[in-house]
Amino acid sequence: MLTLQIVPYSEIAELSSVGRIRKLLNIAKENKIVLLQGRLSKDEETELIKATMEEINKDFKGVELAVIDPQNEKSAGLGIIRKGIANVLLGNRQGLTVIGPASVVKEIKKDPTKIELLTKDVKKKKVKK
Amino acid sequence: MKFFKNILKRFFQRVFKKRGNVKLGLYGPPNGGKTTLANRICQDWLGEDMGNVSNIAHETREIQIKEQITIKNNGNELSFNLVDTPGIATRIDYEEFIKSGMKEKAAKNRAKEATKGVIDSIKWLDDMDAVVVVLDATKDPYSQVNITIIGNLQARKIPVLLVANKMDLKKAKIKKVEAAFPQYDVIGISAKYGDHIDNFYKALFKLV
Repeated sequence: MLTLQIVPYSEIAELSSVGRIRKLLNIAKENKIVLLQGRLSKDEETELIKATMEEINKDFKGVELAVIDPQNEKSAGLGIIRKGIANVLLGNRQGLTVIGPASVVKEIKKDPTKIELLTKDVKKKKVKK
Repeated sequence: MKFFKNILKRFFQRVFKKRGNVKLGLYGPPNGGKTTLANRICQDWLGEDMGNVSNIAHETREIQIKEQITIKNNGNELSFNLVDTPGIATRIDYEEFIKSGMKEKAAKNRAKEATKGVIDSIKWLDDMDAVVVVLDATKDPYSQVNITIIGNLQARKIPVLLVANKMDLKKAKIKKVEAAFPQYDVIGISAKYGDHIDNFYKALFKLV
């Protein structure tokens, strides 16, 4: 059975970088797909990869990771203002992060507008933005 | 005090760069052709290989350095230390090495070394003066590993050149790489056959 766990950013906002990474990685290690309503910093993303590598063993083969970052999207007029306000409120952590354990998630295909998640058991599941 | 420290730091950086101690890193996902490109550079300018290449991912599992490579173009010279890094990945499964024909023990060992290699590659990011990110032009450029590597280099203000490798293959699409990373120069090459390698060397002068 496929389990998705939605994590609001507020749940990890008060944690240190290491704490955030640990929390997300621990959920993935329980064979659950993490949907974080927000995104890690670039430094935290690399630290997540490092921490993942340190944890790899015969049962845990790593993770698949995808981030949708609205900063990369082109916007104009009101869109720019909206993004600016959201940045102030959320501390530049807007976006969507998907972390899936490699034992469950075969591949995450991504283009700027959608994430396509291919699982090992279920053929296809789409998470559209 | 901080002002004088900065001046001293810049002075030393300039002196070391003039001596050819610029560290040029080759980064990217596994099997993108980093070591093939490193071998191409070393063959062209030193007449020797740098490392082994393989169709099985994670062939390079340790940082490899070739010091004092000097390349020439239009009367200009550029010296650097070339750092070939293990491919960065978010998953490593020894069973995939077994599927590629390896024995279980060797596959497990390769996986263990590969995880250490990824950690070392990330640790070395801070030491680079400039980085060439080597991408397989036949693969999806939007993979999170590519985005994370490039985003990190950008955050660290390290100059980046993107190489769309394997352009000799029919499935290669440089336009897709360019569309994924519009803010960077992308040079299409075949490191294996040396196609358009002169364009790559010209771009290196601009980068470093």
